[in-house]
Amino acid sequence: MIISVASGKGGTGKTTIAVNLALALAKDKEKNVQFLDCDVEEPNAHLFLKPVITSSESVEIPVPKIDDKKCNYCGKCAEVCVFNAIAVTKNKVLVFPGLCHGCGACTLFCPGKAISEVGNEIGILEEGKAGSINFTHGRLNIGKPMAPPIIRKIKKKIKKDYNDNRDNNITNHHITLIDAPPGTSCPVIESIKDSDYTILVTEPTPFGLHDLILAVEVLQKLKIPHGIVLNKCDIGDHKVEEYCKKNNIPILLSIPLDKEIAVAYSKGIPIVKINFSYEQKFNQLFQKIAQII
Amino acid sequence: MKEIVIISGKGGTGKTVITASIAALAKNKAMGDCDVDASNLYLLLHPEIKEKNDFYAGIIPSIDLEKCTNCGRCQEVCRFDAINTIKDQTVINLVSCEGCGLCALVCPVQAIQMKENHCGEWYISETKYGPLVHARLGIAEENSGKLVTLVRQNAQKIAKKNNLELIIVDGPPGIGCPLIATLSGANLAVVVTEPTLSGLHDLKRAVKVAQHFGVKTVVIINKYDINLENSINTERWCKKEQIAVIGKIPFNTIVTEAMVQGLPAVEYTDNSVSREIKKIWKKLSKPSE
Repeated sequence: MIISVASGKGGTGKTTIAVNLALALAKDKEKNVQFLDCDVEEPNAHLFLKPVITSSESVEIPVPKIDDKKCNYCGKCAEVCVFNAIAVTKNKVLVFPGLCHGCGACTLFCPGKAISEVGNEIGILEEGKAGSINFTHGRLNIGKPMAPPIIRKIKKKIKKDYNDNRDNNITNHHITLIDAPPGTSCPVIESIKDSDYTILVTEPTPFGLHDLILAVEVLQKLKIPHGIVLNKCDIGDHKVEEYCKKNNIPILLSIPLDKEIAVAYSKGIPIVKINFSYEQKFNQLFQKIAQII
Repeated sequence: MKEIVIISGKGGTGKTVITASIAALAKNKAMGDCDVDASNLYLLLHPEIKEKNDFYAGIIPSIDLEKCTNCGRCQEVCRFDAINTIKDQTVINLVSCEGCGLCALVCPVQAIQMKENHCGEWYISETKYGPLVHARLGIAEENSGKLVTLVRQNAQKIAKKNNLELIIVDGPPGIGCPLIATLSGANLAVVVTEPTLSGLHDLKRAVKVAQHFGVKTVVIINKYDINLENSINTERWCKKEQIAVIGKIPFNTIVTEAMVQGLPAVEYTDNSVSREIKKIWKKLSKPSE
Protein backbone atom coordinates (compact mmCIF):
# COMPACT_ATOMS: atom_id res chain seq x y z
CA MET A 1 0.00 0.00 0.00
CA ILE A 2 1.39 3.41 -0.96
CA ILE A 3 0.21 6.35 1.15
CA SER A 4 1.46 9.85 0.37
CA VAL A 5 1.20 12.86 2.66
CA ALA A 6 0.75 16.21 0.92
CA SER A 7 -0.82 19.58 1.67
CA GLY A 8 -0.71 22.47 -0.75
CA LYS A 9 0.19 24.95 1.95
CA GLY A 10 3.62 24.68 3.51
CA GLY A 11 4.07 24.14 7.21
CA THR A 12 0.77 22.41 7.92
CA GLY A 13 2.43 19.29 9.34
CA LYS A 14 3.11 16.84 6.49
CA THR A 15 6.41 15.60 7.86
CA THR A 16 4.98 15.41 11.36
CA ILE A 17 2.10 13.23 10.19
CA ALA A 18 4.21 11.06 7.87
CA VAL A 19 6.92 10.44 10.45
CA ASN A 20 4.57 9.70 13.33
CA LEU A 21 2.43 7.42 11.17
CA ALA A 22 5.55 5.50 10.12
CA LEU A 23 6.71 5.08 13.71
CA ALA A 24 3.28 3.98 14.94
CA LEU A 25 2.96 1.39 12.14
CA ALA A 26 6.51 0.12 12.55
CA LYS A 27 5.70 -0.95 16.11
CA ASP A 28 3.57 -3.73 14.61
CA LYS A 29 6.01 -6.54 13.84
CA GLU A 30 3.68 -7.85 11.14
CA LYS A 31 4.13 -4.69 9.10
CA ASN A 32 7.01 -3.74 6.81
CA VAL A 33 7.26 0.03 6.66
CA GLN A 34 9.11 1.98 4.00
CA PHE A 35 9.54 5.77 4.24
CA LEU A 36 10.35 7.96 1.25
CA ASP A 37 11.07 11.62 1.93
CA CYS A 38 10.37 13.18 -1.47
CA ASP A 39 10.85 16.79 -0.35
CA VAL A 40 14.30 16.82 -1.90
CA GLU A 41 14.59 20.62 -1.79
CA GLU A 42 14.22 20.73 1.99
CA PRO A 43 14.22 17.17 3.41
CA ASN A 44 13.32 17.07 7.09
CA ALA A 45 12.14 13.57 7.93
CA HIS A 46 15.65 12.38 8.75
CA LEU A 47 15.76 14.90 11.61
CA PHE A 48 12.97 12.93 13.31
CA LEU A 49 13.56 9.36 12.15
CA LYS A 50 17.35 9.65 12.55
CA PRO A 51 18.12 6.85 10.08
CA VAL A 52 21.50 5.17 9.83
CA ILE A 53 22.44 5.84 6.22
CA THR A 54 23.93 2.79 4.52
CA SER A 55 24.22 3.92 0.93
CA SER A 56 24.48 7.10 -1.06
CA GLU A 57 24.32 7.61 -4.82
CA SER A 58 24.69 10.60 -7.08
CA VAL A 59 21.67 11.63 -9.16
CA GLU A 60 22.57 12.89 -12.59
CA ILE A 61 20.79 14.30 -15.60
CA PRO A 62 22.35 13.40 -18.95
CA VAL A 63 23.36 16.71 -20.54
CA PRO A 64 24.87 17.20 -24.00
CA LYS A 65 28.60 17.44 -24.58
CA ILE A 66 29.60 18.80 -27.97
CA ASP A 67 32.59 17.38 -29.85
CA ASP A 68 34.02 20.55 -31.40
CA LYS A 69 35.89 18.55 -34.03
CA LYS A 70 32.69 17.08 -35.43
CA CYS A 71 30.40 20.08 -34.92
CA ASN A 72 29.70 22.28 -37.93
CA TYR A 73 27.42 24.71 -36.06
CA CYS A 74 24.40 23.78 -38.15
CA GLY A 75 22.16 24.64 -35.16
CA LYS A 76 19.95 21.55 -35.39
CA CYS A 77 20.47 20.81 -31.69
CA ALA A 78 19.23 24.26 -30.67
CA GLU A 79 16.32 23.89 -33.06
CA VAL A 80 15.04 20.69 -31.43
CA CYS A 81 15.62 21.84 -27.85
CA VAL A 82 12.35 23.22 -26.46
CA PHE A 83 14.01 24.26 -23.20
CA ASN A 84 16.48 26.73 -24.74
CA ALA A 85 19.30 24.77 -23.12
CA ILE A 86 21.51 25.04 -26.21
CA ALA A 87 22.54 28.16 -28.11
CA VAL A 88 24.51 27.98 -31.36
CA THR A 89 26.44 30.84 -32.92
CA LYS A 90 28.69 30.97 -35.99
CA ASN A 91 31.52 29.13 -34.24
CA LYS A 92 30.38 28.29 -30.74
CA VAL A 93 27.85 26.05 -29.01
CA LEU A 94 26.75 26.97 -25.50
CA VAL A 95 25.04 24.45 -23.26
CA PHE A 96 23.05 25.60 -20.21
CA PRO A 97 22.90 22.51 -17.96
CA GLY A 98 20.44 24.18 -15.57
CA LEU A 99 17.81 24.35 -18.31
CA CYS A 100 18.45 20.85 -19.67
CA HIS A 101 15.82 18.21 -18.91
CA GLY A 102 17.93 15.35 -20.28
CA CYS A 103 15.41 14.42 -22.99
CA GLY A 104 18.11 13.38 -25.49
CA ALA A 105 16.60 15.20 -28.49
CA CYS A 106 19.78 17.10 -29.36
CA THR A 107 21.92 13.97 -29.20
CA LEU A 108 19.52 12.02 -31.38
CA PHE A 109 19.12 14.68 -34.04
CA CYS A 110 22.67 15.94 -34.48
CA PRO A 111 23.40 15.16 -38.14
CA GLY A 112 27.13 14.92 -37.49
CA LYS A 113 26.83 12.74 -34.38
CA ALA A 114 28.81 15.42 -32.59
CA ILE A 115 26.90 15.18 -29.30
CA SER A 116 27.39 12.71 -26.51
CA GLU A 117 25.73 12.78 -23.12
CA VAL A 118 27.51 13.16 -19.83
CA GLY A 119 26.05 12.93 -16.38
CA ASN A 120 25.52 16.28 -14.66
CA GLU A 121 25.02 15.80 -10.94
CA ILE A 122 21.94 17.53 -9.58
CA GLY A 123 21.79 15.90 -6.18
CA ILE A 124 22.13 12.76 -4.11
CA LEU A 125 19.93 9.93 -2.93
CA GLU A 126 20.52 8.22 0.41
CA GLU A 127 19.13 5.00 1.84
CA GLY A 128 19.25 3.55 5.29
CA LYS A 129 17.26 2.21 8.19
CA ALA A 130 15.50 3.89 11.07
CA GLY A 131 14.89 0.97 13.41
CA SER A 132 12.88 -1.41 11.25
CA ILE A 133 11.80 1.33 8.82
CA ASN A 134 13.41 1.29 5.38
CA PHE A 135 14.31 4.92 4.70
CA THR A 136 15.13 6.78 1.50
CA HIS A 137 15.53 10.50 0.89
CA GLY A 138 17.17 12.82 -1.57
CA ARG A 139 18.80 16.20 -1.55
CA LEU A 140 18.83 18.69 -4.43
CA ASN A 141 22.21 20.40 -4.80
CA ILE A 142 22.31 24.10 -3.98
CA GLY A 143 21.68 26.16 -7.10
CA LYS A 144 20.14 23.33 -9.12
CA PRO A 145 16.58 24.04 -10.18
CA MET A 146 14.94 20.68 -10.83
CA ALA A 147 13.66 18.37 -8.12
CA PRO A 148 11.58 15.85 -10.15
CA PRO A 149 14.47 13.71 -11.50
CA ILE A 150 15.62 13.01 -7.92
CA ILE A 151 12.07 12.28 -6.82
CA ARG A 152 11.65 9.87 -9.75
CA LYS A 153 14.74 8.00 -8.60
CA ILE A 154 13.46 7.82 -5.01
CA LYS A 155 10.13 6.45 -6.22
CA LYS A 156 11.98 3.68 -8.07
CA LYS A 157 13.03 2.40 -4.65
CA ILE A 158 9.45 1.45 -3.80
CA LYS A 159 9.92 -2.17 -2.89
CA LYS A 160 8.73 -4.31 -5.77
CA ASP A 161 7.68 -7.19 -3.55
CA TYR A 162 5.49 -4.81 -1.55
CA ASN A 163 3.41 -3.94 -4.46
CA ASP A 164 3.17 -6.83 -6.91
CA ASN A 165 -0.40 -7.38 -8.07
CA ARG A 166 -1.36 -4.13 -6.46
CA ASP A 167 -4.57 -3.86 -8.41
CA ASN A 168 -5.89 -7.12 -7.00
CA ASN A 169 -4.38 -7.25 -3.63
CA ILE A 170 -3.51 -4.08 -1.78
CA THR A 171 -1.90 -5.49 1.28
CA ASN A 172 -1.69 -3.76 4.62
CA HIS A 173 1.44 -5.61 5.64
CA HIS A 174 3.74 -3.67 3.34
CA ILE A 175 3.31 0.06 3.58
CA THR A 176 5.20 2.73 1.72
CA LEU A 177 4.78 6.22 3.18
CA ILE A 178 5.72 9.22 1.06
CA ASP A 179 6.42 12.64 2.57
CA ALA A 180 5.70 15.10 -0.27
CA PRO A 181 6.93 18.70 -0.66
CA PRO A 182 4.59 21.72 -0.31
CA GLY A 183 2.84 23.25 -3.31
CA THR A 184 0.88 21.80 -6.20
CA SER A 185 3.31 21.73 -9.11
CA CYS A 186 5.71 19.19 -10.59
CA PRO A 187 7.68 18.07 -7.50
CA VAL A 188 4.41 17.31 -5.70
CA ILE A 189 2.91 15.50 -8.69
CA GLU A 190 6.01 13.40 -9.10
CA SER A 191 5.90 12.49 -5.40
CA ILE A 192 2.25 11.53 -5.08
CA LYS A 193 1.32 10.05 -8.44
CA ASP A 194 0.53 6.33 -8.35
CA SER A 195 -0.28 6.47 -4.63
CA ASP A 196 -3.15 4.31 -3.39
CA TYR A 197 -4.20 7.10 -1.02
CA THR A 198 -3.14 10.64 -0.18
CA ILE A 199 -3.49 12.27 3.23
CA LEU A 200 -3.88 16.03 2.89
CA VAL A 201 -2.69 17.89 5.96
CA THR A 202 -4.26 21.30 6.47
CA GLU A 203 -5.06 23.93 9.07
CA PRO A 204 -8.40 25.69 9.67
CA THR A 205 -7.27 29.11 8.38
CA PRO A 206 -7.97 31.08 5.17
CA PHE A 207 -4.54 30.14 3.77
CA GLY A 208 -5.10 26.52 4.74
CA LEU A 209 -8.50 26.39 3.03
CA HIS A 210 -7.34 28.16 -0.13
CA ASP A 211 -4.42 25.81 -0.67
CA LEU A 212 -6.41 22.72 0.36
CA ILE A 213 -8.88 23.40 -2.44
CA LEU A 214 -5.99 23.50 -4.93
CA ALA A 215 -4.53 20.29 -3.52
CA VAL A 216 -7.89 18.53 -3.78
CA GLU A 217 -8.11 19.57 -7.44
CA VAL A 218 -4.71 17.97 -8.01
CA LEU A 219 -5.85 14.71 -6.41
CA GLN A 220 -9.04 14.70 -8.41
CA LYS A 221 -7.01 15.19 -11.59
CA LEU A 222 -4.72 12.31 -10.60
CA LYS A 223 -7.73 10.24 -9.45
CA ILE A 224 -6.21 9.41 -6.05
CA PRO A 225 -8.56 8.82 -3.10
CA HIS A 226 -7.84 11.26 -0.30
CA GLY A 227 -8.74 12.36 3.20
CA ILE A 228 -7.81 15.18 5.58
CA VAL A 229 -5.78 15.51 8.72
CA LEU A 230 -6.76 18.80 10.34
CA ASN A 231 -3.82 20.14 12.30
CA LYS A 232 -4.09 22.92 14.91
CA CYS A 233 -7.82 22.23 14.65
CA ASP A 234 -8.86 24.52 17.50
CA ILE A 235 -7.63 27.81 15.98
CA GLY A 236 -8.92 29.73 12.96
CA ASP A 237 -12.44 29.15 11.69
CA HIS A 238 -14.76 26.34 10.54
CA LYS A 239 -14.56 26.90 6.80
CA VAL A 240 -12.23 23.94 6.16
CA GLU A 241 -14.60 21.61 8.02
CA GLU A 242 -17.55 22.99 6.07
CA TYR A 243 -15.70 22.57 2.78
CA CYS A 244 -14.84 18.95 3.60
CA LYS A 245 -18.42 18.16 4.62
CA LYS A 246 -19.85 19.77 1.51
CA ASN A 247 -17.45 17.84 -0.74
CA ASN A 248 -17.61 14.50 1.09
CA ILE A 249 -13.94 14.53 1.98
CA PRO A 250 -13.37 12.62 5.21
CA ILE A 251 -11.56 14.29 8.08
CA LEU A 252 -9.56 11.33 9.34
CA LEU A 253 -7.86 12.94 12.32
CA SER A 254 -7.95 16.30 14.09
CA ILE A 255 -5.04 17.47 16.20
CA PRO A 256 -5.37 20.53 18.46
CA LEU A 257 -2.77 23.26 18.76
CA ASP A 258 -0.65 21.68 21.44
CA LYS A 259 2.44 23.24 22.97
CA GLU A 260 3.75 19.76 23.84
CA ILE A 261 3.71 18.81 20.14
CA ALA A 262 5.23 22.14 19.06
CA VAL A 263 8.11 21.97 21.55
CA ALA A 264 8.82 18.30 20.79
CA TYR A 265 8.73 19.09 17.05
CA SER A 266 11.16 21.95 17.53
CA LYS A 267 13.59 19.51 19.16
CA GLY A 268 13.20 16.84 16.47
CA ILE A 269 11.19 14.53 18.74
CA PRO A 270 8.23 12.72 17.15
CA ILE A 271 5.10 13.04 19.29
CA VAL A 272 4.35 9.28 19.32
CA LYS A 273 7.59 8.78 21.22
CA ILE A 274 6.47 10.85 24.18
CA ASN A 275 2.68 10.51 24.13
CA PHE A 276 1.07 7.07 23.81
CA SER A 277 -2.40 8.44 23.06
CA TYR A 278 -1.02 9.85 19.81
CA GLU A 279 0.40 6.49 18.86
CA GLN A 280 -3.14 5.12 19.14
CA LYS A 281 -4.51 8.03 17.09
CA PHE A 282 -2.08 7.33 14.26
CA ASN A 283 -2.93 3.64 14.26
CA GLN A 284 -6.59 4.57 14.04
CA LEU A 285 -5.76 6.91 11.17
CA PHE A 286 -4.20 4.04 9.28
CA GLN A 287 -7.15 1.72 10.02
CA LYS A 288 -9.54 4.27 8.56
CA ILE A 289 -7.47 4.52 5.38
CA ALA A 290 -7.12 0.74 5.08
CA GLN A 291 -10.90 0.44 5.31
CA ILE A 292 -11.49 3.11 2.67
CA ILE A 293 -9.17 1.44 0.20
CA MET B 1 14.49 50.99 -7.40
CA LYS B 2 15.03 48.25 -4.85
CA GLU B 3 13.58 44.73 -4.84
CA ILE B 4 13.15 42.89 -1.54
CA VAL B 5 12.14 39.22 -1.72
CA ILE B 6 10.80 37.32 1.27
CA ILE B 7 11.75 33.65 1.22
CA SER B 8 12.10 30.82 3.71
CA GLY B 9 13.27 27.42 2.56
CA LYS B 10 10.84 25.74 4.92
CA GLY B 11 7.15 26.21 4.24
CA GLY B 12 4.83 27.75 6.79
CA THR B 13 7.33 29.97 8.59
CA GLY B 14 5.25 33.09 8.01
CA LYS B 15 6.45 34.69 4.76
CA THR B 16 3.02 35.79 3.53
CA VAL B 17 1.85 37.04 6.92
CA ILE B 18 5.00 39.15 7.25
CA THR B 19 4.91 40.34 3.61
CA ALA B 20 1.32 41.53 4.03
CA SER B 21 2.21 43.56 7.10
CA ILE B 22 5.24 45.09 5.42
CA ALA B 23 3.02 45.90 2.45
CA ALA B 24 0.74 47.78 4.82
CA LEU B 25 3.65 49.74 6.31
CA ALA B 26 5.72 50.56 3.22
CA LYS B 27 4.82 53.46 0.96
CA ASN B 28 5.44 53.97 -2.75
CA LYS B 29 5.89 50.39 -3.72
CA ALA B 30 4.66 47.62 -5.99
CA MET B 31 4.12 44.05 -4.83
CA GLY B 32 4.51 40.64 -6.37
CA ASP B 33 3.35 37.23 -5.16
CA CYS B 34 5.78 34.69 -6.54
CA ASP B 35 4.27 31.69 -4.75
CA VAL B 36 2.42 30.85 -7.96
CA ASP B 37 1.58 27.29 -6.83
CA ALA B 38 -0.41 28.40 -3.82
CA SER B 39 -0.77 32.14 -3.92
CA ASN B 40 -2.06 33.51 -0.59
CA LEU B 41 -1.01 37.16 -0.38
CA TYR B 42 -4.17 38.36 -2.10
CA LEU B 43 -6.26 36.93 0.75
CA LEU B 44 -4.88 39.70 2.98
CA LEU B 45 -4.52 42.50 0.41
CA HIS B 46 -7.93 42.16 -1.34
CA PRO B 47 -6.90 43.18 -4.84
CA GLU B 48 -9.20 44.59 -7.49
CA ILE B 49 -8.08 42.82 -10.65
CA LYS B 50 -7.51 45.30 -13.50
CA GLU B 51 -5.86 43.02 -16.02
CA LYS B 52 -5.98 39.27 -16.52
CA ASN B 53 -3.50 37.49 -18.78
CA ASP B 54 -3.16 33.93 -19.97
CA PHE B 55 0.08 32.09 -19.32
CA TYR B 56 1.29 29.75 -22.00
CA ALA B 57 4.40 27.65 -21.50
CA GLY B 58 5.61 24.33 -22.70
CA ILE B 59 3.97 22.11 -25.23
CA ILE B 60 1.68 19.14 -24.87
CA PRO B 61 1.58 16.24 -27.30
CA SER B 62 -1.47 14.47 -28.63
CA ILE B 63 -1.58 11.36 -30.78
CA ASP B 64 -3.72 11.21 -33.91
CA LEU B 65 -5.05 7.68 -33.47
CA GLU B 66 -5.92 7.34 -37.14
CA LYS B 67 -2.32 7.87 -38.19
CA CYS B 68 -0.68 6.00 -35.30
CA THR B 69 0.63 2.53 -36.23
CA ASN B 70 1.64 1.64 -32.65
CA CYS B 71 5.22 1.11 -33.84
CA GLY B 72 6.42 2.04 -30.36
CA ARG B 73 9.22 4.38 -31.48
CA CYS B 74 7.89 7.22 -29.30
CA GLN B 75 7.82 4.92 -26.27
CA GLU B 76 11.41 3.89 -26.98
CA VAL B 77 12.78 7.43 -26.92
CA CYS B 78 10.68 8.93 -24.12
CA ARG B 79 12.95 9.42 -21.10
CA PHE B 80 10.11 10.22 -18.70
CA ASP B 81 8.05 7.00 -18.87
CA ALA B 82 5.21 9.08 -20.25
CA ILE B 83 4.23 6.83 -23.14
CA ASN B 84 2.68 3.40 -22.67
CA THR B 85 0.64 0.86 -24.54
CA ILE B 86 -2.75 0.45 -22.93
CA LYS B 87 -5.20 -2.01 -24.51
CA ASP B 88 -3.18 -2.11 -27.75
CA GLN B 89 -3.20 1.68 -28.03
CA THR B 90 -0.30 4.08 -27.59
CA VAL B 91 -1.20 6.50 -24.83
CA ILE B 92 0.66 9.56 -23.57
CA ASN B 93 0.41 10.26 -19.85
CA LEU B 94 0.32 14.06 -19.72
CA VAL B 95 1.11 14.10 -16.01
CA SER B 96 4.47 12.42 -16.63
CA CYS B 97 5.15 14.23 -19.91
CA GLU B 98 7.85 16.90 -19.67
CA GLY B 99 6.96 18.49 -23.00
CA CYS B 100 10.30 17.87 -24.72
CA GLY B 101 8.65 17.07 -28.06
CA LEU B 102 10.99 14.20 -28.89
CA CYS B 103 8.09 11.81 -29.49
CA ALA B 104 6.66 14.11 -32.16
CA LEU B 105 10.07 14.45 -33.81
CA VAL B 106 10.74 10.70 -34.07
CA CYS B 107 7.28 9.53 -35.10
CA PRO B 108 7.75 7.98 -38.57
CA VAL B 109 4.19 8.86 -39.63
CA GLN B 110 3.93 12.29 -37.96
CA ALA B 111 1.05 11.11 -35.83
CA ILE B 112 1.91 13.32 -32.85
CA GLN B 113 0.92 16.99 -32.73
CA MET B 114 2.42 19.41 -30.23
CA LYS B 115 0.41 22.37 -29.09
CA GLU B 116 1.05 25.28 -26.74
CA ASN B 117 0.03 24.62 -23.20
CA HIS B 118 -2.25 27.07 -21.43
CA CYS B 119 -1.02 26.46 -17.92
CA GLY B 120 -2.06 29.41 -15.83
CA GLU B 121 -3.03 33.04 -15.48
CA TRP B 122 -1.47 36.18 -14.10
CA TYR B 123 -3.09 39.35 -12.88
CA ILE B 124 -2.36 43.03 -12.39
CA SER B 125 -4.41 44.49 -9.58
CA GLU B 126 -4.91 47.57 -7.45
CA THR B 127 -4.91 47.20 -3.69
CA LYS B 128 -5.26 49.58 -0.76
CA TYR B 129 -1.49 49.26 -0.40
CA GLY B 130 -0.45 49.73 -4.02
CA PRO B 131 -0.30 47.68 -7.22
CA LEU B 132 -0.01 43.89 -6.98
CA VAL B 133 1.03 41.31 -9.56
CA HIS B 134 0.07 37.75 -8.76
CA ALA B 135 -0.59 34.53 -10.60
CA ARG B 136 -2.21 31.15 -10.53
CA LEU B 137 -0.41 28.18 -12.01
CA GLY B 138 -2.76 25.57 -13.43
CA ILE B 139 -3.38 22.39 -11.48
CA ALA B 140 -0.51 19.92 -11.79
CA GLU B 141 1.37 22.14 -14.24
CA GLU B 142 5.09 22.76 -14.73
CA ASN B 143 6.99 25.89 -15.78
CA SER B 144 6.36 27.58 -12.45
CA GLY B 145 9.79 29.25 -12.77
CA LYS B 146 8.68 30.98 -15.96
CA LEU B 147 5.48 32.24 -14.35
CA VAL B 148 7.44 33.54 -11.37
CA THR B 149 9.72 35.46 -13.73
CA LEU B 150 6.69 36.96 -15.49
CA VAL B 151 5.27 38.14 -12.15
CA ARG B 152 8.54 39.83 -11.20
CA GLN B 153 9.08 41.41 -14.60
CA ASN B 154 5.62 42.94 -14.52
CA ALA B 155 6.02 44.17 -10.95
CA GLN B 156 9.26 45.83 -12.09
CA LYS B 157 7.51 47.36 -15.12
CA ILE B 158 4.76 48.83 -12.95
CA ALA B 159 7.23 50.20 -10.42
CA LYS B 160 9.22 51.91 -13.19
CA LYS B 161 6.12 53.31 -14.86
CA ASN B 162 4.81 54.78 -11.60
CA ASN B 163 8.16 55.92 -10.20
CA LEU B 164 7.91 53.57 -7.25
CA GLU B 165 11.17 53.07 -5.37
CA LEU B 166 10.44 49.65 -3.99
CA ILE B 167 9.17 46.20 -4.97
CA ILE B 168 8.20 43.72 -2.26
CA VAL B 169 7.94 40.09 -3.30
CA ASP B 170 6.33 37.21 -1.39
CA GLY B 171 8.38 34.16 -2.36
CA PRO B 172 7.65 30.44 -2.58
CA PRO B 173 9.02 27.75 -0.23
CA GLY B 174 11.78 25.38 -1.31
CA ILE B 175 15.03 25.99 -3.18
CA GLY B 176 14.15 24.81 -6.68
CA CYS B 177 13.29 26.72 -9.83
CA PRO B 178 10.44 28.90 -8.48
CA LEU B 179 12.67 30.06 -5.61
CA ILE B 180 15.66 30.62 -7.91
CA ALA B 181 13.46 32.62 -10.30
CA THR B 182 12.30 34.71 -7.31
CA LEU B 183 15.84 35.39 -6.10
CA SER B 184 17.93 36.11 -9.15
CA GLY B 185 18.69 39.80 -9.47
CA ALA B 186 16.92 40.79 -6.25
CA ASN B 187 18.62 43.37 -4.02
CA LEU B 188 17.82 41.73 -0.70
CA ALA B 189 16.50 38.37 0.46
CA VAL B 190 14.70 38.35 3.80
CA VAL B 191 14.70 34.76 5.00
CA VAL B 192 11.93 33.92 7.47
CA THR B 193 12.73 30.99 9.73
CA GLU B 194 11.38 29.32 12.87
CA PRO B 195 13.28 28.00 15.93
CA THR B 196 12.94 24.30 15.10
CA LEU B 197 15.45 21.73 13.85
CA SER B 198 13.60 21.67 10.52
CA GLY B 199 13.62 25.47 10.39
CA LEU B 200 17.36 25.76 10.98
CA HIS B 201 18.15 22.95 8.54
CA ASP B 202 16.10 24.57 5.80
CA LEU B 203 17.34 28.10 6.62
CA LYS B 204 20.92 27.03 5.94
CA ARG B 205 20.02 25.69 2.51
CA ALA B 206 17.94 28.73 1.58
CA VAL B 207 20.74 31.08 2.61
CA LYS B 208 23.27 29.05 0.60
CA VAL B 209 21.09 29.39 -2.50
CA ALA B 210 20.79 33.16 -1.99
CA GLN B 211 24.56 33.40 -1.57
CA HIS B 212 25.07 31.20 -4.66
CA PHE B 213 23.13 33.77 -6.68
CA GLY B 214 24.89 36.71 -5.03
CA VAL B 215 21.87 38.10 -3.20
CA LYS B 216 22.41 39.82 0.16
CA THR B 217 20.54 38.04 2.96
CA VAL B 218 19.02 38.98 6.30
CA VAL B 219 17.01 36.75 8.64
CA ILE B 220 13.81 37.02 10.68
CA ILE B 221 13.19 34.40 13.38
CA ASN B 222 9.42 33.95 13.61
CA LYS B 223 7.68 32.34 16.61
CA TYR B 224 11.10 32.61 18.29
CA ASP B 225 9.80 31.92 21.78
CA ILE B 226 8.64 28.38 20.99
CA ASN B 227 12.19 27.23 21.60
CA LEU B 228 14.61 29.82 22.98
CA GLU B 229 17.59 27.47 22.75
CA ASN B 230 17.04 26.88 19.02
CA SER B 231 16.47 30.59 18.55
CA ILE B 232 19.85 31.31 20.10
CA ASN B 233 21.47 28.59 17.98
CA THR B 234 19.98 30.19 14.89
CA GLU B 235 21.34 33.58 15.90
CA ARG B 236 24.72 32.02 16.54
CA TRP B 237 24.79 30.44 13.07
CA CYS B 238 23.75 33.70 11.45
CA LYS B 239 26.48 35.58 13.31
CA LYS B 240 29.06 33.04 12.12
CA GLU B 241 27.87 33.54 8.54
CA GLN B 242 27.80 37.31 9.03
CA ILE B 243 24.09 37.49 8.36
CA ALA B 244 22.08 40.06 10.29
CA VAL B 245 19.04 38.89 12.23
CA ILE B 246 16.74 41.87 11.75
CA GLY B 247 13.89 40.68 13.95
CA LYS B 248 12.56 38.05 16.33
CA ILE B 249 8.78 37.79 16.28
CA PRO B 250 7.02 36.08 19.20
CA PHE B 251 4.40 33.39 18.70
CA ASN B 252 0.94 34.88 19.02
CA THR B 253 -2.40 33.39 17.97
CA ILE B 254 -3.51 36.93 17.11
CA VAL B 255 -1.85 36.33 13.72
CA THR B 256 -4.47 33.69 12.92
CA GLU B 257 -7.26 35.93 14.20
CA ALA B 258 -6.08 38.71 11.90
CA MET B 259 -5.86 36.27 8.98
CA VAL B 260 -9.42 35.06 9.58
CA GLN B 261 -10.53 38.70 9.47
CA GLY B 262 -8.59 39.10 6.23
CA LEU B 263 -6.21 41.65 7.69
CA PRO B 264 -2.43 42.09 7.85
CA ALA B 265 -1.38 41.71 11.49
CA VAL B 266 -0.28 45.36 11.75
CA GLU B 267 -3.78 46.51 10.78
CA TYR B 268 -5.63 44.27 13.19
CA THR B 269 -4.69 45.39 16.67
CA ASP B 270 -1.65 46.63 18.45
CA ASN B 271 0.00 43.37 19.48
CA SER B 272 3.43 41.85 20.13
CA VAL B 273 3.69 40.68 16.51
CA SER B 274 2.75 43.99 14.90
CA ARG B 275 5.14 45.88 17.17
CA GLU B 276 8.05 43.67 16.14
CA ILE B 277 7.17 43.86 12.41
CA LYS B 278 7.11 47.66 12.67
CA LYS B 279 10.63 47.55 14.15
CA ILE B 280 11.69 45.22 11.31
CA TRP B 281 10.27 47.56 8.70
CA LYS B 282 12.14 50.47 10.25
CA LYS B 283 15.40 48.53 9.77
CA LEU B 284 14.54 47.47 6.21
CA SER B 285 13.58 50.95 5.10
CA LYS B 286 16.84 52.56 6.26
CA PRO B 287 18.74 53.81 3.18
CA SER B 288 21.81 51.64 3.91
CA GLU B 289 19.67 48.48 3.67
